[in-house]
Amino acid sequence: MSQGFLQDALLYLAAAIVFVPIAKRLGLGSVLGYLIGGILIGPFFLGFVGGEGKDIMHFAEFGVVMMLFLIGLELEPAHFWRMRHLVVGTGSLQLGLTTLLFFAAFLAIGFTWQASLAVGLALSMSSTAIVLQTLREKGLEQTQSGRSSFAVLLFQDIAVIPILAVLPLLALASAQAPSGEHATFIQGLPGWAQTLALLGAVGLVILSGRFIIVPFLRFIARVRLRELFTASALFIVMATAYVMVLVGLSPALGTFLAGVVLANSEYRHELESDIEPFKGILLGLFFITVGASINFSLIVNNPLQITALVLGAVLVKSAVLALTGRVSRLTFDQNVLFTLGLSQVGEFAFVLFSFMHQLQILPADWTDRMMGVTAISMTVTPLLLLVNERFILPRFGTLEKAEREADAIDRQHPVIIAGFGHFGGVVARFLKANGVRATILDNDSDRVDLLRKMGFKVFYGDATRIDILKSAGAEQARLLIAAIGSPDINYDLVEKTQKLFPNLTIMVRAANRQDAYDYIDAGIRDIYRESLDTAVRLGIDVLVKLGYRKYTATRAGQNFIRYDEAAMHKLALHRHDESAYISKSREEIRMQQQLLASDREINPTVNDHAWDSDVFVDRFKDDARKEENKKDPSRKP
Amino acid sequence: MNRILILFAHPRFEKSQASRALLKDVGQLPEVTLNDLYEKYADFNIDIDAEKALMAAHEIIVWHHPFYMYGAPALLKQWIDLVLEHGWAHGRGGEALKGRIIFTALTSGGTREAYGANGYNRFTLAEFLRPFEQTAVRCKMVYLPPFAVQGTHLLTDDELARHAAHYRMLMERLIRGDFRVEDMMRFPFLNDWLVHETGANKT
Repeated sequence: MSQGFLQDALLYLAAAIVFVPIAKRLGLGSVLGYLIGGILIGPFFLGFVGGEGKDIMHFAEFGVVMMLFLIGLELEPAHFWRMRHLVVGTGSLQLGLTTLLFFAAFLAIGFTWQASLAVGLALSMSSTAIVLQTLREKGLEQTQSGRSSFAVLLFQDIAVIPILAVLPLLALASAQAPSGEHATFIQGLPGWAQTLALLGAVGLVILSGRFIIVPFLRFIARVRLRELFTASALFIVMATAYVMVLVGLSPALGTFLAGVVLANSEYRHELESDIEPFKGILLGLFFITVGASINFSLIVNNPLQITALVLGAVLVKSAVLALTGRVSRLTFDQNVLFTLGLSQVGEFAFVLFSFMHQLQILPADWTDRMMGVTAISMTVTPLLLLVNERFILPRFGTLEKAEREADAIDRQHPVIIAGFGHFGGVVARFLKANGVRATILDNDSDRVDLLRKMGFKVFYGDATRIDILKSAGAEQARLLIAAIGSPDINYDLVEKTQKLFPNLTIMVRAANRQDAYDYIDAGIRDIYRESLDTAVRLGIDVLVKLGYRKYTATRAGQNFIRYDEAAMHKLALHRHDESAYISKSREEIRMQQQLLASDREINPTVNDHAWDSDVFVDRFKDDARKEENKKDPSRKP
Repeated sequence: MNRILILFAHPRFEKSQASRALLKDVGQLPEVTLNDLYEKYADFNIDIDAEKALMAAHEIIVWHHPFYMYGAPALLKQWIDLVLEHGWAHGRGGEALKGRIIFTALTSGGTREAYGANGYNRFTLAEFLRPFEQTAVRCKMVYLPPFAVQGTHLLTDDELARHAAHYRMLMERLIRGDFRVEDMMRFPFLNDWLVHETGANKT
């Protein structure tokens, strides 16, 4: 292993380890942390990595490749079908209008129509990586803006395929002479053949996914070696990328397609959980390389032009997005989030620009410039979102805190509920029905507006922000109910609350047993698993439908819950005994195994000797017989 | 014609042969409403209005339950505490149940001999049932002696069948109105009244 590789790897990892925690601590989000880390270790500041930026781009390419495979995998056809109207409606409006505006603009500054169209298409792309990561971190995936963002991104990701197919036709139509030197097989072909070749390669990926990869995985799965399956997953990604590079196509596109094809297979979840550990770190790597690839000398040499381009790109995109949001009836807060979130030029633009460069649709200096604009706009997004969160929304959108009516006395509520989703919502309604005053924290502006109209005291914002917790009365309240849908954010909230507000008793919603274990480790006592009670209630009704007496079934259910919670606390102590690394899904299975084993040992239902059990009856008969014998000594027992 | 409401409370009905035998036929009578409390209120959350309406629709009420530790199962006590409200069943204006007939039908593991001053349990069944009696009186109801099937663990199938037949006979006579309260009151158990009546009829 070369020293250079180790050194590079160390630098990237160090950048992540140093800057991401700082950014998180400052409330900037991990994406910005990675980007800043990348900028600092890049050639224009510390110069630690990639003297010319070329090596880094290769590195970055693979980050994108892995990410697109995973995005492809998540595109389950059924899921896609459910949101088809949203995807096609908002997606086509955004893509079409943005492309049209950029097309007109670049035509106006003297580009050929082919180049204008190509650049317009590339600039209309937004960054799936940045947006999805940010939404997940903020727990906004389920809000209206989250769903609309995902729909638009999905449409763009799919649109890349026909766009890549059409680009060679534009090259054919453009007046520029083909280059003499062909680095790849495809560049030697005339334009129409390139289009055919691309469609052929896409077909090849789809067919081999169906008829080669799935049978291959089936074979590997039969060997029953977990690491072999992981190796196969990585092999599939890399092989697809390699073939694509060989024919001169984007490897990212190839793996995206491979992901989409495999999303339909029975190994989808297994592939996902295998690549999941790589996903986070590779995404981080991708962001670092984007930061490191920003060509600051371009900015320094031509600050006005670059600034104008970035501003223009972000403004045009934002304007179209705002209109799109308006048309799909987003409320103000949601629309601002949607607009600013998607306002950057995305990673697919890298692919498209470099492809345009290969096809000589775009001259080298403009390619560089556009790549720079793309990277800078990606860096600007987290900053814009931060400005939005701290300055725009508090002033113009849904207020963080409802304005107090002059005569209302602002009494402190004893209970704070973080998260008014399907879990917290029920808790809050139940408490309200019983006259308990609770303060609610939620980060979905639509919901906050509704709740305020219904007379709830609601604070709008990220519940893990200490200032919001304070203004919601965390210092005076008695109970905090942590009911946020995202387990990560919920855990974060619990951790912070424990540290900063020791006065609060924390009652926590746990997604599952695994999640509950983490809370037990953190010293939380009041843990409520989302599905336990409901599942047992269903089980009780099954018993009743099978002819059990209702009261017996109810008792059995109550006993089972009590037993299961006791078992959970017991097993939580022992689960650290095995020090070996166990993958998450395997631990899940091991846990089930333990549970089933202990269920067999102490069946909570069968051991019920309540009321008139057989044991009791037998003894009674015994006593009666002795009594008889006493009365009638002549009779022998 | 009288309608009968059986307020039945048994937490483990599926394991009780005696209760099942007693209720099998009786539950089929069209004039009898079997109100299976543990099946209906497994969560102990009694629907008071519904229970009041049931009471209003019947002339004769039976507290039917196994005899546990000298009393009724918890849910029947819960029912008494919740349904027999002040101002409805008793107290000022509480006339809703006035004149209705009520009695206890119970099954017990201990034999009849075990209940009495000299028996293992030291008191008679009637003494143990005083709280029920007084509850009925306070609600201005007519309280009859209990119908009791005792020594259930030692009963043979034939004996059990005979008890079930008696219970059915009792219900039929109550429905027809073929009884005199004063006669019944002379016996410690309705079982005895039945035996006396049928015996008298035979001779």
